[in-house]
Amino acid sequence: MKIQNEQPVLTVRNLKTHFFTEDGVVKAVDGVDFDLYPGEILGLVGESGCGKSVTSLSILRLVGVPGKIVDGEIWFEGKNLLSLTENEMVAMRGNRMSMIFQQPQTSLNPVYKIGDQVAEVFTIHKNLPKKEAWDKAVELLHLVGIPDAEKKAHAFPHEMSGGQAQRVMIAMALALNPTLLIADEPTTALDVTIQAQIMDLILELREKMGTSVILITHDLGVIAEMADRVAVMYAGQIVEQATVQELFARPHHPYTKGLMGSIPVLGKVTRRLEVIPGSVPNLINLPQGCRFSPRCKARIEQSLEICLHENPMLVETGSNHLCRCWLYDGQMKSAGDLMEANHE
Amino acid sequence: MNEPLKTHTARMELIQVRNLKKYYTIRGGFFQRIKSCGKAVDNVSFDIFDGETLGLVGESGCGKTTIGRTMLRLIEPTGGEVYYEGNNIFNLSGGALQAIRRNMQIIFQDPFSSLDPRMPVGESIMEGMRINRIGTRKEQFDMMIDVLRKVGLEDYHARRYPHEFSGGQRQRIGIARALALRPRFIICDEPVSALDVSIQSQVLNILKDLQEEYGLTYLFIAHNLSVVEHISDRVAVMYLGKIVELAHRAELFYNPLHPYTQALLSAIPIPDPAVKRKRITLKGDVPSLFNPPKGCRFHPRCPFAKDQCLVEAPPYREVQKGHFAACWLNE
Repeated sequence: MKIQNEQPVLTVRNLKTHFFTEDGVVKAVDGVDFDLYPGEILGLVGESGCGKSVTSLSILRLVGVPGKIVDGEIWFEGKNLLSLTENEMVAMRGNRMSMIFQQPQTSLNPVYKIGDQVAEVFTIHKNLPKKEAWDKAVELLHLVGIPDAEKKAHAFPHEMSGGQAQRVMIAMALALNPTLLIADEPTTALDVTIQAQIMDLILELREKMGTSVILITHDLGVIAEMADRVAVMYAGQIVEQATVQELFARPHHPYTKGLMGSIPVLGKVTRRLEVIPGSVPNLINLPQGCRFSPRCKARIEQSLEICLHENPMLVETGSNHLCRCWLYDGQMKSAGDLMEANHE
Repeated sequence: MNEPLKTHTARMELIQVRNLKKYYTIRGGFFQRIKSCGKAVDNVSFDIFDGETLGLVGESGCGKTTIGRTMLRLIEPTGGEVYYEGNNIFNLSGGALQAIRRNMQIIFQDPFSSLDPRMPVGESIMEGMRINRIGTRKEQFDMMIDVLRKVGLEDYHARRYPHEFSGGQRQRIGIARALALRPRFIICDEPVSALDVSIQSQVLNILKDLQEEYGLTYLFIAHNLSVVEHISDRVAVMYLGKIVELAHRAELFYNPLHPYTQALLSAIPIPDPAVKRKRITLKGDVPSLFNPPKGCRFHPRCPFAKDQCLVEAPPYREVQKGHFAACWLNE
């Protein structure tokens, strides 16, 4: 791992994106901090509704009404993205930073040839003439492994399989060699044998182009095979962050441990799977204190009171390892002492 | 794996599927002639033993869901037989069919669209008992409360409507609904693939507990091999409308004989960065059912394809005891 001594490509600080709905304020992203280093793949894992997709949409400033980024800073190439004008942001998207989505077939325009859709990137951002842009598009389609690219460039999205459509999306995203690629569940809609192809492709292109990648997924297997570092999200916040080896060898947060225990692993058959009781909290009515506390077995076993009153901070709990849990918080002792002192 | 290997020889076959076929046709042109024919299920035979879980895996469009639905005659088959305790389901009609269907239930993939949104879930669960005229109204109600508790829900949930529940809870309702008629055989069609991982394990554990308590027999259809390995006693692998391999769970996962099974196993991401494997990456996409390759249907993507595979489909046969496969490499 080559990270840490370099300047981060992307720095997110205290990002808060809330949705103002009729039922109340949905705190989809509520204080997220992380750095992304050059050439690195950062995995964002979590269950549906944990805020991983909203985090990535916030970075691209694509959050729509009723959503709003209410606080925070996003530093990218020396600029705070949240202070750019919409026009400056348009120049940024697709050029310096781009995104691929979960449903490749619905992300492509059904009435244009795929060659035209890829070529559009060059005509818009680089002002290339149509013919030249088309040739570049064909070259890119070839690069992402579309067989017979000259012919396939004339195809429409409905004539492609899911795997091929995702390759086209990747071609579009990487056309201008962006610094940052956000891949939001890029393989979730695909079959396993096709998933393996797309994972290999992203890894290969990262190697070739040095792109930094934020990989969003709920699949811990995909994370283990692709990511360099991992951030685990729960109810709008990062609860644990570590290098991939460290996270899988020594998970700290009870939620991370619960997740790892609850997935069946190929070749390791157990009688029963571990269970995280209950379900993900409502983001309008978040539990008091630690957001995981109502489901946390460790809290109950160790009868920790503080978890119910105060949300822990994301603190360093090992080398390159951050965790948001009172069990690992150095302050807990002192906080505990304080409570005892108050009792006396 | 602490459980003893179950010996199937002494056990009774609850379900026998013989040469099951389901073809879909596309018509068009002059006089709506048949233009092409897609063999979604093409000559499939297998047995399910009493009390076991048979896993059925394959990629999207391989025909696994169609098998499940034709077995219950939710879709009428093109050919073949399905025997439940020796009775051919396809020859039955009226009361006799309804009586057998009581014993064969199904749990669907999408818990959001498989429940009637205008019916309280208690009514939904009792619907099957009412149709089959089982017990008095009071007995039906008690039975409904009983199955609700069995799947980990509370009595007051019976009065609520489906939209008031989360995905995991709805899937429990789907299980309760299948369970209410005290069936012996349940087809689980991708029951956990729409659920989050932490909820998925809750549902898998419930399915295992119920099987132990009631001696249920499952056909567990899924695309996720890790889930199938966890829950199944034996596993069948499908590719383009045909079963290519079937064996005891441990045998299939440690000694896969078909190159497709081998590739499928190696393509699954393992949640452990310390494990470094050599992945067999298959080239290309799954071909269309309406235009399947000649010979062995897997040959265009198979790393070991030889001349014979291009012209002749391999026979599906018992290669080793209890281990079926269809591949020329084993001939």
